Amino acid sequence: MRNLTSLLFAAGLAFFLLVIAARFDLGAAPMLVGDAILQEAPAETGAANIVTSVVLGYRGIDTLGEIAILFTASLAAGLVLGRRRPEASRDADSGAVLQISAQLLFPLLLVVGFYIILHGHLTPGGGFQGGVILAAAFFVPLLARPGTSVNHTGLSLVEGLAGAGFILIGLLALFQGKAFLQPLLDKGTLGMLVSAGTLPLLYLAVGLKVGAELAGLLANLADSEVDP
Amino acid sequence: MSDPELHWLLYGGAIGLIVIGAAGIVMGKHLFRIILALAIAEAGANLMLVVAGLRPDAVAPIITGGMIPEQMVDPVPQAMVLTAIVIGVGIQALVLSLAIRVYKAYGTLDMREIRLKMAADIDAEAGVDDEVSQEGPAGERPLELPDAVTSGGPGQ
Amino acid sequence: MIWLLGLLIGMMLAAAIAVLVLENHIAAVAATSIVSLALSVVFVLLRAPDVAMTEAAVGAGLSSLILALSLRRLGLWQIEGDKHPEIAKEGVDA
Repeated sequence: MRNLTSLLFAAGLAFFLLVIAARFDLGAAPMLVGDAILQEAPAETGAANIVTSVVLGYRGIDTLGEIAILFTASLAAGLVLGRRRPEASRDADSGAVLQISAQLLFPLLLVVGFYIILHGHLTPGGGFQGGVILAAAFFVPLLARPGTSVNHTGLSLVEGLAGAGFILIGLLALFQGKAFLQPLLDKGTLGMLVSAGTLPLLYLAVGLKVGAELAGLLANLADSEVDP
Repeated sequence: MSDPELHWLLYGGAIGLIVIGAAGIVMGKHLFRIILALAIAEAGANLMLVVAGLRPDAVAPIITGGMIPEQMVDPVPQAMVLTAIVIGVGIQALVLSLAIRVYKAYGTLDMREIRLKMAADIDAEAGVDDEVSQEGPAGERPLELPDAVTSGGPGQ
Repeated sequence: MIWLLGLLIGMMLAAAIAVLVLENHIAAVAATSIVSLALSVVFVLLRAPDVAMTEAAVGAGLSSLILALSLRRLGLWQIEGDKHPEIAKEGVDA
């Protein structure tokens, strides 16, 4: 009986979504906001990647709310999981091959992460993708050596400073008589590394915050308190 | 301009993922599988949003070489999906840590067992004698109010 | 392009069904990762490179890592053939 109801629900959902899909013509949907942004964005923000100018320039408050959600989720996960007991047993260290390759990977991943963050306004990429790669860079050595303790205080410091920086840049625009989080500074030449005003700085803050949050979350999950 | 094959392939894929995920959520018997089904439904929703902003004859919304292309796809759904993916992983981590707590408390992730144990826990907290079930056979059910309700009520 | 999209979407749907029907939990996590990986290639074909990068880094990489770590803490990390729970547990701790 319960399965029948569930199947009926799934079939109804499929029908409902198919009706919506049939009403949309592919590529012919009206894109009033999208078209306006595509025309204005290169001149207004100076970022070659228009998705970046939408994420940080036109929908900056949305991004602020998004990193707030991520912060709340990681905070709640940390609260629910709790700190490990100091006397809890650790996993044994992995072999030499894994440890040395983890040491080799760490600087490479760090460079890739910062490259992706800092070129977020020019090429595909940005704070979210680069932040995830930064988190991976800090997590790979931890996987190879489970005994190393994680500096949670440092991670929260980076996270807090990055979040404060994001809001500070937004408030700076407010003090100059513009809207909150409106891009400041010189727009520069389209397509150069130093261009698009404050957008790269905002993405750097987002990247550091996402990286620190996810690294802390992974370290929390990996702390395998061996359950009795 | 519209290509019905491409249209139904893309929307069909997105709707298929959403429906498979939703069916997994409502029919799942294991908490971990329900979390995985949630991730699949989310992937389908993201695909549907990106497809909604697609123009088949356009290029990606990135300006290369200083030239502004004639036709670009809609950047707004892409920006929304970008944030949705990152929020999704945060929610997933939160749900998983709650599942770890459930496993620590009840020792199982089977939905039916968890439901039974939770009901027993709630009954025990409320002071209701769980031997006297409302759904028990009528012969064993006392016709008048059981002592447990009158003596174990909130007034005690 | 349409045949490549069809192949990828077919792969995605098959992996999504596999997530629900596979017995082994590690295999289910791997199937979820396949869904995300195929989805990121689909995003590239739909001219959404930013979204594709995010999906590849988050969906196929980080999310699978989080799922695998929590599998371990949930005591579900069992390779097929590990019939004895003691052996499986030793394999995790060692």
